Amino acid sequence: MKKVIMGNHALSYGAMLSRAQVIAAYPITPQTQVVELLSEMCADGTLNAKFIKVESEHSAMAACLGASLAGARTFTATSAQGLALMHEMLHWAAGGRMPVVMGNINRAMAPGWSIWADQNDSLSERDTGWIQFYCSSNQEVLDTVIQAFKVSEKLMIPSMIVLDAFALSHTYEVVEIPEQDKVDRFLPPFNPPWRLTPDDPHAFGGLTSPDHYMEFRYKLQKDMEKVPALVEETGKEYEKLFGRYLGQVEEYFCDEAELVFVTSGTAGYTARVAVDELRAKGIKAGNLRIKLFRPFPFEKVRDILSRVPKVAVLDRNISYGHHGIFYQEVKSAMYGQPSSPLIFGFIAGLGGRDITRDSYQEIAEYALNKNRAEEEIVWIGVKK
Amino acid sequence: MSKERKMTITIPREEYMSPGHLACQGCGASLAMRLALKGLGQKTIVCIPACCWAVIDGPFPHSSLDIPIYHCAFETAASSASGVRAGLDMVGDTETTVLAWAGDGGTFDIGLQALSGAAERNDDIVYTCYDNEAYMNTGIQRSSATPIGAWTTTTPVKHYKKERKKDIIGIMAAHGLPYIATASVAYPEDMVKKFRKAREIRGTRFIHVFAPCPAGWKSRPEDTVKLARLAVQTGYFPLFEIENGERWTLNLKVKERKPIAEYLKLQGRFRHLKEDEITLIQQEVDARWEKILKNCGL
Amino acid sequence: MSKKKEARKITFESEKEMPVAPMSLGSMLYNKTGAWRNIKPVIDLSRCIKCGICWKFCPDASIDIVDDWPQINYVYCKGCGLCAEECPQKCIAMVEEEK
Repeated sequence: MKKVIMGNHALSYGAMLSRAQVIAAYPITPQTQVVELLSEMCADGTLNAKFIKVESEHSAMAACLGASLAGARTFTATSAQGLALMHEMLHWAAGGRMPVVMGNINRAMAPGWSIWADQNDSLSERDTGWIQFYCSSNQEVLDTVIQAFKVSEKLMIPSMIVLDAFALSHTYEVVEIPEQDKVDRFLPPFNPPWRLTPDDPHAFGGLTSPDHYMEFRYKLQKDMEKVPALVEETGKEYEKLFGRYLGQVEEYFCDEAELVFVTSGTAGYTARVAVDELRAKGIKAGNLRIKLFRPFPFEKVRDILSRVPKVAVLDRNISYGHHGIFYQEVKSAMYGQPSSPLIFGFIAGLGGRDITRDSYQEIAEYALNKNRAEEEIVWIGVKK
Repeated sequence: MSKERKMTITIPREEYMSPGHLACQGCGASLAMRLALKGLGQKTIVCIPACCWAVIDGPFPHSSLDIPIYHCAFETAASSASGVRAGLDMVGDTETTVLAWAGDGGTFDIGLQALSGAAERNDDIVYTCYDNEAYMNTGIQRSSATPIGAWTTTTPVKHYKKERKKDIIGIMAAHGLPYIATASVAYPEDMVKKFRKAREIRGTRFIHVFAPCPAGWKSRPEDTVKLARLAVQTGYFPLFEIENGERWTLNLKVKERKPIAEYLKLQGRFRHLKEDEITLIQQEVDARWEKILKNCGL
Repeated sequence: MSKKKEARKITFESEKEMPVAPMSLGSMLYNKTGAWRNIKPVIDLSRCIKCGICWKFCPDASIDIVDDWPQINYVYCKGCGLCAEECPQKCIAMVEEEK
């Protein structure tokens, strides 16, 4: 069935079709429609779940973790300040191996107050041990939620599905809503290898001495390393049933390109239009949109970028005192490779400033005309 | 003594807390857990935030309780318990009692917001605060449960605590909970009875347990029960229940309250107090006692 | 449950033997806290009235009821002296530990 829905509702439908059993959430703009629709679904019986209307995001994640450890499939959604308030519990989720799936609407951090898109909120949580998917269409949001549950529950690692404020969260698109029975075939009920039950009592997350702590972190990393292959495998299985493939990255005319943009989120969608325009002008541009950011898709990125001479990484975020975060990550992935392109870093679109086709023209012009990165960061659209 | 005589057993014999745990000698908090679980039984899951019990339980891969434990974040005893409750309901276990077991720091201070949230939603949990009146696990720093006059490492003798202990019962009573009780490790029968009663009630139940701490109070380990008893007998920590947010019952009617000085003098943390300061504390205790009597219709 | 009650310390040679998430696999019973003790309680059973008070108040669950008599479990008793203090018969003496 096709429906015209907003990105936020794509998250809600994804959670509903995945048969989330416990939802604990706190409202924050621009996430509210996610939980409003889920509340309705719980109230009218469309979704058989407990919705805990908590008093903060910190409690939202805490309640999700309690429910997850009790053996329930759990979902929540938040944004920006809310995600930052959850920070402690994000470590708890990954360290405790609780496979919660969460939607995060990418919104700039205050102050000054901003409700508009950038990625500094989710990228500040890069090192918490969560799988992170960045989406660029409502269809992708819905499909990713369902696949994220499968990947997360297989490895007992939580997943975050990230979408841009307004540009996606509030934008209506046509979305194919999968049939429930097909989703059920793809995603069986959550059956964790351990749980809180008086029938088999264990103490979870207790004091862990230097004798053991490191081994738990080693295990988390080893399982994280399994994610890329699992995302591919899960993607293929999903494709067989639903005809759409997710994967780790999206390539757009990267083969034999002279310049490849590296993008994420909705900016990655705009990039495809820019590539078309550049190609019409005879410039062999391409776009590599990173969907899976954590774990980083090293193999895919290296394979694609080692074949091109120039790469322009677009960041809607910044690590103050360093570079854009995707720029850091791409450079680090390409370092020491037998063939490494010239990589430029651009920052654009902070706090919801539009990233347009013109932004990409400016980026392309800079990258094509330079033989080395003259500036640490090239700012796009700053009123200097 | 004749061999025929039976041992007097006034509380359940079943033990859900093993010896070998890491509590200090004479620890009120460990006695509190032992007694609480006798009331709640094995079909209980406990959420323990950062507090002494996070350590007492023992390090990975061992535990001293025979019930499942979720060691959760400091401020999340209540929200974790709410989540566990919802999760259990969804996987078809509606029988197991979910217990949140936090210290005074985790209840009066950092966990108060989450506790208020769970209480307002009337989530089906038994929330217990075992109160040893300071951050004992981190080394005796003052909390908002530390009483007026007390020394702690952050309220040194020259600047001992000048603020009153936060009225946590008043706060919880204002939420209109189905069941609120105070309990003391010096009165095991009363305490076990209250946990058993709480187990049978639905909604948020709040139990405030008085748990002396020899290390933090600078008292003798063997005085733990004596101090808890004196706290009740002086009216410093009266034993009462509040049902459905309004019906107050005094469980132990102390006819002649002992002077607070008797309680204070056994503890090094009050050693610096002078006569007039003790008189002021006595007045505080008297005022609160009168208020509780009034609430109980006495 | 029975598995949990073993007084055996669990150790691991390799991360492969460890669980994926930090979770307990055994009981703290392996931890013989009797070693913490400097003084130990000794019950004079001839004066004991079997009131159960010492058993009731032990914070370490280290007084057992054996054949209807209280019996100190010296493997775990930390020697806090609470039982001696609370005994209404004063029939528990705290005596110096010989080491």
